[in-house]
Amino acid sequence: MKVLVALKRVADPDNANKVKVSAAGDAIDTTGLEWKTNPFDEYALEAALRLTENGKTPKKREGEVVVVTLGPKESETMLRAALATGADRAIRIEATDAELDGRLVAWALKAVVAAEKPDLILLGKQAVDGDSNQVGQRLAELLDFPMATFAATLHEEPGALLVGREVDGGVLTLRVTLPAVVTVDLRIVAPTSVFSKLTAMEAGFKHGDGVRFAPLPAIMAAKKKPLDVKPLAELVGGAVLATKYVKFERPAQRAGGAKVKDVAELVEKLASVSKVI
Amino acid sequence: MSDALVIAELSDDGKLKKSTLSAVTFAQRALPALGGTFSILVLGANASAVASELTACGAAKVLACEDPAFEQYTAEQFTPTVSEVGKGFGLIVATATSFGKDLLPRVAARLDAAYAGDCSGVASEGGHITYKRPMFAGNAFGYCTLSTPIQVATARQSEFEAAPSTGGSSPIETVAKVSPSAVAERVQFVSLEAVKSARPELAEASVVVSGGRALKEKFMVVLEPLADALGAALGASRAAVDAGYAPGDFQVGQTGKIVAPKLYVAVGISGAIQHIAGMKGSKVIVAINKDPDAPIFQLADYGLVADLFTAVPALVTELKKRT
Ligand SMILES: Cc1cc2nc3c(=O)[nH]c(=O)nc-3n(C[C@H](O)[C@H](O)[C@H](O)COP(=O)(O)OP(=O)(O)OC[C@H]3O[C@@H](n4cnc5c(N)ncnc54)[C@H](O)[C@@H]3O)c2cc1C
Ligand SMILES: Nc1ncnc2c1ncn2[C@@H]1O[C@H](COP(=O)(O)O)[C@@H](O)[C@H]1O
Repeated sequence: MKVLVALKRVADPDNANKVKVSAAGDAIDTTGLEWKTNPFDEYALEAALRLTENGKTPKKREGEVVVVTLGPKESETMLRAALATGADRAIRIEATDAELDGRLVAWALKAVVAAEKPDLILLGKQAVDGDSNQVGQRLAELLDFPMATFAATLHEEPGALLVGREVDGGVLTLRVTLPAVVTVDLRIVAPTSVFSKLTAMEAGFKHGDGVRFAPLPAIMAAKKKPLDVKPLAELVGGAVLATKYVKFERPAQRAGGAKVKDVAELVEKLASVSKVI
Repeated sequence: MSDALVIAELSDDGKLKKSTLSAVTFAQRALPALGGTFSILVLGANASAVASELTACGAAKVLACEDPAFEQYTAEQFTPTVSEVGKGFGLIVATATSFGKDLLPRVAARLDAAYAGDCSGVASEGGHITYKRPMFAGNAFGYCTLSTPIQVATARQSEFEAAPSTGGSSPIETVAKVSPSAVAERVQFVSLEAVKSARPELAEASVVVSGGRALKEKFMVVLEPLADALGAALGASRAAVDAGYAPGDFQVGQTGKIVAPKLYVAVGISGAIQHIAGMKGSKVIVAINKDPDAPIFQLADYGLVADLFTAVPALVTELKKRT
């Protein structure tokens, strides 16, 4: 199976104190934030690797994993890291975040799919900077492919994937015929969530928990793996940005921090001060 | 001038979901910028029956498209019809449930429309719509405008109260189904493992009790009596779900459910930003944690530093004394 994985480099929102808004209020100030691969995209890559190997011999790649990003030169660090963990080739589409919205990213990825003809396109369910949650769905429509969003499990069948989706009321299972678009949720990297046709689903088989790390020799070898760069305009033609952020602000801080000494005081306060019980 | 179209959401057994009424509120707030009216579109195997439940909330029309193919939702089945009807509108909106977040971006792509997902606010400014969106795990709000002729959005349910019944009687019109391409045959519904519970729905509950990694295998044993005493829905942190102590659809947070009840009780939860992103809109927050420096205490109105395994049963006893 050939899998295309879309990776985005994001400014890590994990350090809440460092997410700042520019003085003019017109941009997020990313100074002091660490750049990393969008976590959901790391999970998508891990899922792609699991789908293209026998879980018992994970070093041997069966099929191909191609990673693609739309980003500046600096995002090549992320692509090299993906190549080191096992991806075969990388493509970078030259663009800055300010030039992009979900609509343009999907158009560009459509062109990449047309050229690469993967059996499966894996994406994260959302990029944790914009929390936008739209590229996978849009791409599926542009391609007229079946899709399964928010995937927590993937089982390969001949020509198809059985996908367990995390939905509001529980887990919904779909069977999608390949080629298809799948966006992944957090639990896709649990030890028994992905089975390729090469990985026997015999009792007791487990992948490692979470994403794999690249050993040093693989990091060295990744420097020699192919990385192509393409201009954005070549892929999206004259399409222009249709989403414009006019203002940003930090949310109001809650006035929390008060402590109660025991359960009795807690109940008393909830009843007579807050009046919520 | 243009109009807004609200996409109704039905439950697995074909009933109207209350989430639909949050999207109605969103549409109403966007109308000044559009200058027109709003209508509601219902797709379902029993769409006409559901449509008749929606005639009292002020819509210009309730459009019903009834077809057995809509019994089980898939984006591939729904997208062509929603897009065809949506073509005549300036704004298409649904609530940001797993249904809305799956369907609407796909509809947007079909109409080459820009999309603003999971909006916490909407305003009409200078004749156009400004969408307010939480970003960076709730650490910032971004205000955006969309410049395509049709705009598509989803509304964060906790930020838009259900539209009240205004007693009007909107006309119901039936619309024809648009047959999907062969793509619809390439996706097949297999099963839904629904988590059955007598408790209120997490996103709609007025009290939520959530547990974290600290609960271990005792998650249900410890928290159910507390949820019962408070009439609460149960929630969980990601760590509790990942460890298998609680089902996946309990997860509250940036990537789980967003809740804003009048009372949120966080038990054995440290307060990572991704968790906070899903519950900081709650009116009153209680935290029970044995670590006095746990970040959750910074936003809790009432923090109790205690071992949860003794504090929670004591709390249940104390609550029962009051009733
Ligand atoms: C991309 C991404 C998305 C994420 N999305 C979400 C999300 O949507 N929701 C979410 O919740 N998390 C999310 N997370 C995970 C998040 O970062 C935290 O890892 C998680 O919330 C921690 O869960 P926890 O508080 O239960 O566990 P921990 O951080 O391990 O905290 C356990 C707490 O229990 C306390 N404790 C232990 N024993 C006791 C006891 N006996 N009595 C009282 N207190 C005790 C400890 O002091 C500690 O504070 C996400 C992470 C990433 C990277
Ligand atoms: N600039 C980008 N480059 C590559 N992939 C992207 C980019 N932006 C979004 N994606 C992919 O689309 C997914 C959903 O992103 P979003 O719709 O922006 O939340 C991400 O998890 C990525 O897999």
